[in-house]
Amino acid sequence: MIYLNAFLVAGTICLLGQLLVDVFKLTPGHVTSYFVVVGALLDSFSLYDRLIDFAGAGALVPITSFGHSLLHGALAKAEEMGFFGIAMGMFDLTASGITSAIIFAFLVAVFFKPKG
Amino acid sequence: MNKNYTEIIKKNQVKPRYLRNSIVAFVTGGLVGVVGQGLSDLYRYVFHLDKNNANSLMTVTLILITAITTGLGIYDTYGQFAGAGAFIPVTGFANSMTSAALESRSEGVTLGIAANMFKLAGSVIVFGVVSAFVLGAIRYLFFH
Repeated sequence: MIYLNAFLVAGTICLLGQLLVDVFKLTPGHVTSYFVVVGALLDSFSLYDRLIDFAGAGALVPITSFGHSLLHGALAKAEEMGFFGIAMGMFDLTASGITSAIIFAFLVAVFFKPKG
Repeated sequence: MNKNYTEIIKKNQVKPRYLRNSIVAFVTGGLVGVVGQGLSDLYRYVFHLDKNNANSLMTVTLILITAITTGLGIYDTYGQFAGAGAFIPVTGFANSMTSAALESRSEGVTLGIAANMFKLAGSVIVFGVVSAFVLGAIRYLFFH
């Protein structure tokens, strides 16, 4: 069941992104940037957490979860360290993703040749 | 002249195939969600990681797959086919970093690869951090 939900939720988010590109002529850079903000907004009232409970990776894989994770980490740290915890915890949850993206992108750029 | 120009542009612009693009984005994006769920369950129930670690490792795996397929030139072809189904998932984030770094490798490791890696992905991080900081500050100061 979780697999069906994952398919439907991830698919719907991508469908919305595609409509923004086709109908409103936004570039992929604009759409991904706005979706991150939407993800952070949906963290309010734990809406995004409910979506993750419902759809699992279907909610974790789209870029909206990046905004949600940033805010989540920031607030968790603020809970224990006070206001500046917002800055200290900002990348807590996304660190593994960003670090691995940098490492893999670097290695690929060094060892592969651009195609086309 | 100006009016004429915009009219000509409008007439000759290729109309996007809304239905085709929407269906492809829905199906390909949905499949990435299913693959992610499969990886997450694999790490959780076969390798006995806890939920958060399994999900982090799932993201890292998708990023690794994207980096390699981008290096081989496969992901860009796939991206043209899938549209939002390729750039909305976290794989699109990894692809934007890898392709920006790869395309700049001729300018050297420092000024090429390292300096250009975040050329496309940077906006996502900036928007994410700014919005998360503002929302976090409001939540902390007023609803704590």
